[in-house]
Amino acid sequence: MFARRTDLPLDKDPLSRFLPWLIAFMVFLAALAQTGLIGLDDLARRWDSGMAATLTVQIPADPDANEAVNARLLQSAMNMLSETQGVVRASVISHDKVLELLSPWLGVVDAGDVPLPRLIDVEVDPALKVNTGELQQKLSQTIPGAQVDDHGVWLARLVDMVRTLELLAATVLGLILLSVMATVMFATRTGLTVHAEAIEVLHLTGAHDRYIAKQFASRALGLGLRGGLYGLGLAVPTLFALGHMAGRIQAGLLPEMSLPIWGWASLALLPALSAFVAGLTARFTVMRNLRRML
Amino acid sequence: MDIDPNTPIARFENVGLRYGLGPEVLQDVSFVLRPGSYHFLVGPSGAGKSSLLKLMYLALRPSRGLVHLFGHDIATAARNDLPALRRSIGVVFQDYRLLDHLSTFDNVALPLRVANIRESDVKHHVEELLAWVGLKDHMHARPPTLSGGQKQRVSIARAVISRPKLLMADEPTGNVDDRMGFRLMHLFEELNKLGTTIVVATHNEAMVQQLGHPVMRLVDGALAVTPGSRGSAV
Repeated sequence: MFARRTDLPLDKDPLSRFLPWLIAFMVFLAALAQTGLIGLDDLARRWDSGMAATLTVQIPADPDANEAVNARLLQSAMNMLSETQGVVRASVISHDKVLELLSPWLGVVDAGDVPLPRLIDVEVDPALKVNTGELQQKLSQTIPGAQVDDHGVWLARLVDMVRTLELLAATVLGLILLSVMATVMFATRTGLTVHAEAIEVLHLTGAHDRYIAKQFASRALGLGLRGGLYGLGLAVPTLFALGHMAGRIQAGLLPEMSLPIWGWASLALLPALSAFVAGLTARFTVMRNLRRML
Repeated sequence: MDIDPNTPIARFENVGLRYGLGPEVLQDVSFVLRPGSYHFLVGPSGAGKSSLLKLMYLALRPSRGLVHLFGHDIATAARNDLPALRRSIGVVFQDYRLLDHLSTFDNVALPLRVANIRESDVKHHVEELLAWVGLKDHMHARPPTLSGGQKQRVSIARAVISRPKLLMADEPTGNVDDRMGFRLMHLFEELNKLGTTIVVATHNEAMVQQLGHPVMRLVDGALAVTPGSRGSAV
């Protein structure tokens, strides 16, 4: 499919100088979009599994009741949860942990300053579906104001939003692919025009279209690979810099996003992919255009 | 594509050619080239000599009429079959049409390489032929550094390297002096003796008379074939 030797002076084409940099820019964008896609997919899957496996039970604080009454209500909620089928583990979240979780919004506050509800973190078996409606009803009968939150509504919205962003990233990747193909197609067609006389000589000496196409494909493959490596070389430090900046502002506001090993491997494949797409596009363009000649 | 050695090299029947919507530059051209024949193609400038040669070396298809090359009807031949036919045709272009970025060696090697001949064989044949045409010392030179006569010989070497059955030359002596012109003609005579069918388009009537081969004369797109003093017309 590709030729080692070329009879056409393709390396002298002005476009040959710009094509690697155009491809580099597109591979750079593709690397960012692909990283976003992989990170978002990982995040959505984590949220999805988290949604199916946890509940939070909230026991409202009664500032008028004494500590012993509040403790008794909390204990009865814990007893009820331990008797509920499908509940694997239930643990009370300490006041300190609740204050820590609220600190990004409220700042540093003392436990006595605000009436804090008691929270119970419940781990459930996703296989045995807990009937949250029934659990809510049972808790409300004993503890007025108790609430069971399965995070379903807001987590589903978040997952929906992430899936939309994923679709956007995939669309960007598709557009980048189309741009690479269009750029190579344009460069190849220009090359066909520039070298029309030499191509005619090759034809008249008995060259098949595929012989000529191989020469264009090999050139495009080389330029695509070079452009891909340039683009990846620019993308990797950029991703590390973005990761570093994201780590500084995460601090509980953003979920942790990291690229798995296979994600890095897929980025490393981008230069090979850009080379292959460029070579194949050039070959297709040449074959299609030469078919119009005698 | 198989080529029967006994069938005519070229057979034209009532061939007409026009470019776009323009007038016919060739009208009802009919002739047959037998294997091993040698013809001169003469006529005033603009008579259609180059167009006729283009039809013969498959750079054009006729607007009407039948063109058979090596027994194959060009009108119905599949595009994929044309390279095999072209490999049986050698062309010496008036303007040489050498590839300036390639060396003399690579220009001459072109027909062998497109035919996917082993590189060791390419080297052997090209070196041998360049020595024969007196260009062994210019093997690595590029065409822009060669003289007109040297370019002409490179062009001829490229045309004959794959031992074509049909060799066409368009004004091969137009850009060289008389001495070189007769040397080139002698080269064509030698190739013809080895069985190659030759068609030489020329303005040089003296040379045509001297060599005495049949003459295809084109006037205003119409062809007349006359026998030469050495061979009969077909």
